[in-house]
Amino acid sequence: MKPKIRVEGVYKIFGEDPQGALDALNAGKSKIEIFEETGQTVGVQDVSFEVGEGEIFVVMGLSGSGKSTLVRTFNGLIPPTSGKILIDDDDVASCSAERLRKIRREKITMVFQHFALFPHKTVAENVAYGLKIKGESAASRRKKALAALEQVGLAAYADSLPGELSGGMQQRVGLARGLATDPQILLMDEPFGALDPLIRREMQDELLHLQKILKKTIIFITHDLNEALLLGDKIAIMKDGRFVQVGTAQEIVDNPADDYVAAFVADIDRGRVFEAGHVVTDPVTVEQNEKGAAEKALQLMEEHNRNALYVLDNKKVAGLVTYQELSVAAREEGRTDLTEVMVTDVPVVDQDTPLNELYGAASAGHPIAVTDKRGRLTGVIEVEAVFSQLSGDASEDETGEEGSTPPAEEKTETAQGGTPR
Amino acid sequence: MISPADFVQIPLDDWVNSFVRDFLVPNFRPAFRAMQVPITKVLEQIDTFFHWLPMLVFTVGLTLIADRTAGRGVALFSLVALIFIDMIGLWAETMTTLSMILTSVFFCAVIGIPLGIWTARSDRVLLVVRPILDIMQTIPSFVYLVPIVMLFGVGMVPGIIATIIFALPPIIRLTNLGIRNVRGDLIEAAEAFGSTRWQMLWEVQLPLALRTIMAGLNQTLMLALSMVVIAALIGAGGLGLTVYTGLGRLNVGAATTGGIGIVLLAIILDRITQSLGDKKGVQTPSLWQSLRSLFSASKADVGAQSGKPA
Repeated sequence: MKPKIRVEGVYKIFGEDPQGALDALNAGKSKIEIFEETGQTVGVQDVSFEVGEGEIFVVMGLSGSGKSTLVRTFNGLIPPTSGKILIDDDDVASCSAERLRKIRREKITMVFQHFALFPHKTVAENVAYGLKIKGESAASRRKKALAALEQVGLAAYADSLPGELSGGMQQRVGLARGLATDPQILLMDEPFGALDPLIRREMQDELLHLQKILKKTIIFITHDLNEALLLGDKIAIMKDGRFVQVGTAQEIVDNPADDYVAAFVADIDRGRVFEAGHVVTDPVTVEQNEKGAAEKALQLMEEHNRNALYVLDNKKVAGLVTYQELSVAAREEGRTDLTEVMVTDVPVVDQDTPLNELYGAASAGHPIAVTDKRGRLTGVIEVEAVFSQLSGDASEDETGEEGSTPPAEEKTETAQGGTPR
Repeated sequence: MISPADFVQIPLDDWVNSFVRDFLVPNFRPAFRAMQVPITKVLEQIDTFFHWLPMLVFTVGLTLIADRTAGRGVALFSLVALIFIDMIGLWAETMTTLSMILTSVFFCAVIGIPLGIWTARSDRVLLVVRPILDIMQTIPSFVYLVPIVMLFGVGMVPGIIATIIFALPPIIRLTNLGIRNVRGDLIEAAEAFGSTRWQMLWEVQLPLALRTIMAGLNQTLMLALSMVVIAALIGAGGLGLTVYTGLGRLNVGAATTGGIGIVLLAIILDRITQSLGDKKGVQTPSLWQSLRSLFSASKADVGAQSGKPA
């Protein structure tokens, strides 16, 4: 897929002699050395990445890491000292002011940390600002602004002033303003940083929901790793102006590139990062109407060293039998009908369910069924696999059958480690 | 005691004299005379209008404007004050002074607001303009009365020019301040959506700076009023002249009535312009809203005018 925005070797140096500082950087001097020697600040150094169409790319870093500077180079609010920022085929860093204005009007908009709504304009006028600047007629502006407000659920407030709205609502207006011109790229500079934790969660969910419909290319800046992991298709961790690691949430949590990233990842809720698909194993199953199903089931469980096994009815999950109950029923009492001993109230989840939503399903102690959209069983999750993934010591190969019976002590320990905040 | 003057004496006064008398006046007098033309034109229009307008119509109109902008109290005060001015026999003088003040303020706004915008946009311009404003505000106005008389002659218009010099600084300063104080993230937002500089000015900076600019206009108006008597020294008429002649003839009564007229006019204009700046509520009204409220106020004026049997 062709990337929507491609960033190549972007540097930003604030000071009198940026070129000199750039040379010093290339000669291997550090950000601190350059500041001590020349008084110039290195905002961003050597950042390169690509974002595909419809992806959310999150840049995560603490304050002073240069993330806000970086995002402002993408729409030319801050011109980079060197490097290229290609949106389609235009280089934002070097194109004419006229061209840049056109790109800003048509392709890329921004949502700000402190909302930056115009206090003298109504909510609808704020949302329509980009359209007005483009010279659209009042009627068409109003229509599009209302449609954008509808998307964020604030159409009723169209004629209020921003000052009359709560923080969360104001940021929805900010988002609607960013969406109203129907840009391809949305820059979001810590958009939820100024909101209460509860509202922030709500806004994150709403953004994900909107993104499913709109499929914009989003570059999202945050200082909150949890937020980054939740939203990002890809995440870049930024420190001292450079990217320390770029990867998916799972890659970053599983394989932190250095101690800095590891320290961040240490107290992350892994249950929200990993999904059912990461701990699933191939299912061992029997069809309920098969001949000698009971005996076959027992054999399979013995072979694969499992305590329970899923019973299918024409490839769909019918229920689950445990070794204990089935062996008593079949071998001692001679009842071979699986449906008699089958537990039908079984936990069923899909591939994308985050681990932290499996706790309830896991509490019964049975393996959890993973099904596809049509309800067909694609895998099962052993309860132990969930815990070992949460504890962080599950490497790829361990999620298989070996992990099925860890010692009881370790189990409780890992369970505590994995409990969400 | 030895002093530096024993060695070198600087004949600064002679230099200035010869500069003004021998260089400026003979060479540039026509140019300065030409500069008066727009001021004369505006003054004539305003002056003719106010002297034509019947006293009662003016009073009712201004009272309605005050009611709309500054509230009932100010409206009531304006009504009583204007009637009082008429009763002490100073109506014509008050109208002359008002036309003079409005002309001065008009030119101050026309010069000062664009200059203020320019200084807000460029630090270099500010660096040049700021010391000039400092000089304009500190130099005693009597100092420039003489060259003004030499270059422009005597009369209303030279008086207005002196007033403009005296009253111009606050509107430049406050326009500059208002625009510079517009929140940085709002400017960034406007820029991020692709505004041109003109769009940015018109859509974001001016509306948000309007309150401060109106405060500047109010200050300019007050300074202009305080120049009324001084302008009378070089031939401007109106209430200032009443005070000045009262002073010359030791006529305490005339000086006092003139002074009271100035004070009453000042209070009315101050309250009305102040309320234009800070409309109810925290937010700043947009330029359009303020213009509209002004316009609808003056429509009420017209309505009152046509409603009255002439």
